Amino acid sequence: MQLKLKVWRQDGPEAPGRFETYDAVDIKPDMSFLEMLDVVNNRLVEAGGDPITFDSDCREGICGTCGVMIDGQAHGPWKGAATCQLHMRAFRDGDTIVIEPWQAAGFPIVKDLMVNRASFDAIVSSGGFISADTGAAPDANEIPIPKPVADSAMDAAACIGCGACVAACPNSAAQLFTSAKLAHLNLLPQGQAERFKRTEAMVETMEQFFGSCTNHGECHEACPKEIPLDFIALMNRDYLKSKLKNRKLAGQVFP
Amino acid sequence: MTATQDRPAGAGATRPEAARINKPVRHRSIPLLDLYQTAVGKKWVMAITGIALMGFVFAHMFGNLKMYFGPADYDSYAEALKTIAYPFLPKTMVLWLFRVGLLVFFALHIHSAYSLTRMNHRARPTKYSRRDYIAANFAGRTMRWTGIIVALFLLWHLADLTFGLGNPDFVYGQVYNNVVTTFDRWPVALIYVIANLALGVHLYHGTWSIFQTVGSMNPHFNPMRNPVRRGFAAGFTIVVIGANISFPLAVQFGIVGG
Ligand code: HEM
Ligand code: SF4
Ligand code: FES
Repeated sequence: MQLKLKVWRQDGPEAPGRFETYDAVDIKPDMSFLEMLDVVNNRLVEAGGDPITFDSDCREGICGTCGVMIDGQAHGPWKGAATCQLHMRAFRDGDTIVIEPWQAAGFPIVKDLMVNRASFDAIVSSGGFISADTGAAPDANEIPIPKPVADSAMDAAACIGCGACVAACPNSAAQLFTSAKLAHLNLLPQGQAERFKRTEAMVETMEQFFGSCTNHGECHEACPKEIPLDFIALMNRDYLKSKLKNRKLAGQVFP
Repeated sequence: MTATQDRPAGAGATRPEAARINKPVRHRSIPLLDLYQTAVGKKWVMAITGIALMGFVFAHMFGNLKMYFGPADYDSYAEALKTIAYPFLPKTMVLWLFRVGLLVFFALHIHSAYSLTRMNHRARPTKYSRRDYIAANFAGRTMRWTGIIVALFLLWHLADLTFGLGNPDFVYGQVYNNVVTTFDRWPVALIYVIANLALGVHLYHGTWSIFQTVGSMNPHFNPMRNPVRRGFAAGFTIVVIGANISFPLAVQFGIVGG
């Protein structure tokens, strides 16, 4: 395959960005998108140029580092796949592909396509944990959890923190990420003790960096783990409760 | 392959910090008051004021249907609005409570829309060169614009039918006469139709969106693709806007006041 790439190049965080065009030649349809970029970078380096900087680690859709905007879609055209899981057979010979970094105030650009997602760490460290002493590992099934609840918590825990939800959102809102991190603890018995403290802290940290949700649903379409929008509804409700509930009486009723 | 392993100068060396687009929330002694400092809280305010405004547009539309019963019925309905709960309460008291309440709801709804819009612009300083939307529809993406059209229309509507500005045949208190004489002029009828179409687009997204904002997600009511939500949004919009648009058309075609 032969392709043209229109790539966002930016020398550093403060530098102005610009688009540059590159030819991608000798591309095989069974290459992954990142392998295609490797091929282009090799030729760039051989020609004495500056390779395109992008992030990647696991290259199997679990680490969350690799996301870029491909033709105006976060992680490109395949649903439920990260950039590293996208293959070149998704494109046609001769296509021009536009590649841009995540654009959001909360994700400053390090260089070219690489952004710093430390604001996600700030959200998680403000409450995305359980601070009870856990002791030795308990027996499995010692705490009864209804199967549908365990399934939802597992769905929420699938979030890899890639930031595609923010990138795809017209408002750069981080609702899908934050609500997934909240739901995977707030749905389980172990998460109840700090449920409302956690929700309050994580929502308020999120809002220091990211925009406000308008319920468009672009995040869910972009998400490589297909996190459902229901978690955002749960977060909205839990946040209101965090302001209404008398926490001195928490634990009296299982809400 | 060795060449690519040289780290490009700059990457990794500088780790730019994210700009904060909002100040941290200052917690008050009454936590409920914290809500208006936060975006999730403002969305609750938008949803609740939006529901109240939905109630208003529905009641307003329903009351106006009386014009199909003729001048006597319509004018006595307008008069009755002034004597709700009379003689328990003074005349026009309930009407004024409604007016003040509506004004407060409008102010809160518009102010939260404005401040969230500003926040969203701060959150995405650089736009993409190209963006393919998959889920976001026309109604959702034009909420600000349809909202502004509705607000402007509202001012004009008050000037036209409450204060009688620009209508030489306006007589205070003769509501039927005022409606017929103003809608008899086709540009006025056209403005009413267009403004109501804008309100319809706004209501359609709004009535769908509130379910998510207030955290309704019970799959018993919202199975796949949310037919109940979509159905409610479409049904409510069609009923309200359909009836509203019928009024200027009925006057134009001589069905009312002909
Ligand atoms: C007058 C000027 C108005 C402006 C500037 C305005 C603006 C907005 C905006 C920007 C949204 C947020 C949309 C979103 O987040 O998806 C919204 C939501 C909404 N609006 Fe308005 N609006 C106005 C008037 C009205 C009126 C007259 C009604 C009702 C009759 C109404 C009912 C709603 C409802 C129900 C929502 C949904 C709230 C939610 O998403 O939870 N609005 N409006
Ligand atoms: S919710 Fe989905 S898109 Fe957002 S960070 Fe998690 S995995 Fe990525
Ligand atoms: S490189 Fe790990 S998710 Fe793509």
